[in-house]
Amino acid sequence: MALSRSITLRRIIRKTCWMLELIRGLGRSGFGFFETLGRFNLFLLKILVGIPAVLVRPRLLIAQLFSVGVLSLPIIVVSGVFVGMVLALQGYNTLVDFGAEESLGVVVALSIVRELGPVVTGLLFAGRAGSALTAEIGLMKATEQLAGMEMMAVDPIHRVIAPRFLAGFISMPLLAAMFSAVGIYGGYFVGVGLLGVDEGAYWSQMQSKVDLYNDVFNGVIKSVVFGFVATWIAVFEGYDTVPTSEGVGRSTTRSVVYAAFAVLGLDFVLTALMFGD
Amino acid sequence: MKQTKTMELMVGMLIAAGIAALFVLAMKVSNLGTFSAANSYTLTARFENIGGLKVRSPVTAGGVLVGRVSSIDYDNKRYEAVVAIGMDKAYDRFPDDTVASIYTAGLLGEQYIALDPGGSEEFLTDGSVIEFTAPALVLEKLIGKFLLNSAEKGSGP
Repeated sequence: MALSRSITLRRIIRKTCWMLELIRGLGRSGFGFFETLGRFNLFLLKILVGIPAVLVRPRLLIAQLFSVGVLSLPIIVVSGVFVGMVLALQGYNTLVDFGAEESLGVVVALSIVRELGPVVTGLLFAGRAGSALTAEIGLMKATEQLAGMEMMAVDPIHRVIAPRFLAGFISMPLLAAMFSAVGIYGGYFVGVGLLGVDEGAYWSQMQSKVDLYNDVFNGVIKSVVFGFVATWIAVFEGYDTVPTSEGVGRSTTRSVVYAAFAVLGLDFVLTALMFGD
Repeated sequence: MKQTKTMELMVGMLIAAGIAALFVLAMKVSNLGTFSAANSYTLTARFENIGGLKVRSPVTAGGVLVGRVSSIDYDNKRYEAVVAIGMDKAYDRFPDDTVASIYTAGLLGEQYIALDPGGSEEFLTDGSVIEFTAPALVLEKLIGKFLLNSAEKGSGP
């Protein structure tokens, strides 16, 4: 009788231990999450403080603009052309049923300028430039280059992080604008060149329906926000990495995944704010 | 040193191309752009109602594109819409009794001006006014008329 009771007691203790462990784990990861979030935001503050130091040395910024902006250009331009071409093809097939294929220009221009330009550029930018930034900074940390800089009384945030952040912030809106312009010409090529939509209707309908402030300007604002967030996440993940080869790999993956989440989530919020009324 | 120079050049080109793209979006895609009519002559037509006609809408004769609407104004005294048409120089032999009518391409399509040449010996030249015009058909007006007709028929004996 006593034996069986002690067995049941032990079983209960084991069970509760397991549950306690779960609750402890939950608390640990919750604290970890908020800690990271705090570091993430404080890091932005440090970068912003470091930005004036970059403006004194524009050469650092130019080197980063080259690797972040110019080297991302091919993938952005090629994707832009194809996105525009697909939009024209899809839009034409739907619109032609209603005899409204003259509106193709509006469909292509509005979808690209408002949504696809900023969002697709943001995703591509996170994949192409953001991952490279994270891996580069993470490897610098893993090989103790950042610590070495600190030993030489050079602030790695001024020297390494801020130029990269500023370069991403500047190049993203430019890349998105190029994506949009090229995409509209891709749609023009398919719609007018191959499918035979009237050239004047393509441009005139577009010009009469696309508003400079409401559509073009809001698209640019979106791309600025996405560039800011995607670069911020990329440099933070690199700076905050676990300094091992495995850690750098994980940070690079996280950088792309989080940036993609941030771009898509913020896109919804910004769209609701801009076009919601 | 040479490498930094090329790098600077490429970055400069990136920024220039980005600004050019923004400029294209502003001028060509949005409603800010203007249309320069090179190699054309201008005709004017007055319409009672232009429906959904827009600047840069096509102007056709026999279904062939011969020009584009270059500006639309409203005459405050005669209560008419004044449409300026930029005509292609290649088609400069339209008689002065040509009729300009506004039609719709398809059910929901864009509106355009169709020119029907008359039989006069005199030709329209730069700055001439097309005397005979037919206004756009407004769908609501047509439906209203149709309903009125059927109501009258229904109330009869």
